[in-house]
Amino acid sequence: MTIGLEHYLVLSAVLFCIGLYGALTKRNAVIILMCIELMLNAVNISLVAFSRYVVPVLLTGQVFAIFVMVVAAAEVAVGLAIVLAIYRGLADIDANNINLMKW
Amino acid sequence: MGLAAAFWIMAVVIVAAALGVVFLRNVFRAALTLVLCFVAVAGLYITLSADFLAAVQILVYVGAISVLIILAIMMTREVPQGSPANRLKLPAFIVAAVVLGIMIYTVTKTAWQVSAEAPLTPTTVPLATKLFSEGGFVLPVEIAAVLLLAAILGAIVIAREK
Repeated sequence: MTIGLEHYLVLSAVLFCIGLYGALTKRNAVIILMCIELMLNAVNISLVAFSRYVVPVLLTGQVFAIFVMVVAAAEVAVGLAIVLAIYRGLADIDANNINLMKW
Repeated sequence: MGLAAAFWIMAVVIVAAALGVVFLRNVFRAALTLVLCFVAVAGLYITLSADFLAAVQILVYVGAISVLIILAIMMTREVPQGSPANRLKLPAFIVAAVVLGIMIYTVTKTAWQVSAEAPLTPTTVPLATKLFSEGGFVLPVEIAAVLLLAAILGAIVIAREK
């Protein structure tokens, strides 16, 4: 069986949904950030697969994947800084207990 | 044939490592399986003949982001909880399963216009032309640079000791 575009897209969907489940259920803020990274990787896989199979000589999908990586790096830097700031203030990174701004 | 074998090995490793991230009790081990997942995704990029992106994946994700995450885990060590789940386990599972079903249905039912052309290799020079040439993506590259600068400054300001 030859590997086609659908295989990569289904793998990307599975990875995205694992990340989605983790991001929705986990209480540790660092684990939530890790699950968001999983979801961004899933999106990157589908972008590169589209680039390979739909426009093989244009590489547009790979350019988009590079920008997704830039945004992921910025997101994880700021997110972990926020987690550390919260930890310093509350001595806790449980998302259930971080409810200072909850009405 | 070799490509198919590489794809299936990478796919199994990616899914198993992602499940490890979500279901392992120990936060540090979850971070290590996340690194394994990133490496396998880089291998998947190689099967898609995206060699430059595979190198960038290793450098940025395996090299930088995972180190940041492990550093954050080390600095929040006194939290005694591991990686518990909240009360939304069943609703979240249903949401994720429904999203997965919809995506798989759409992907398999759509008639993709697959091009028969051979992919470019190596991709570094065409990517650079695409990013920096006139009519390419110069403006997004500049905006990405500003975004990275803002993120660095913001991270320093937020994480600094008062």
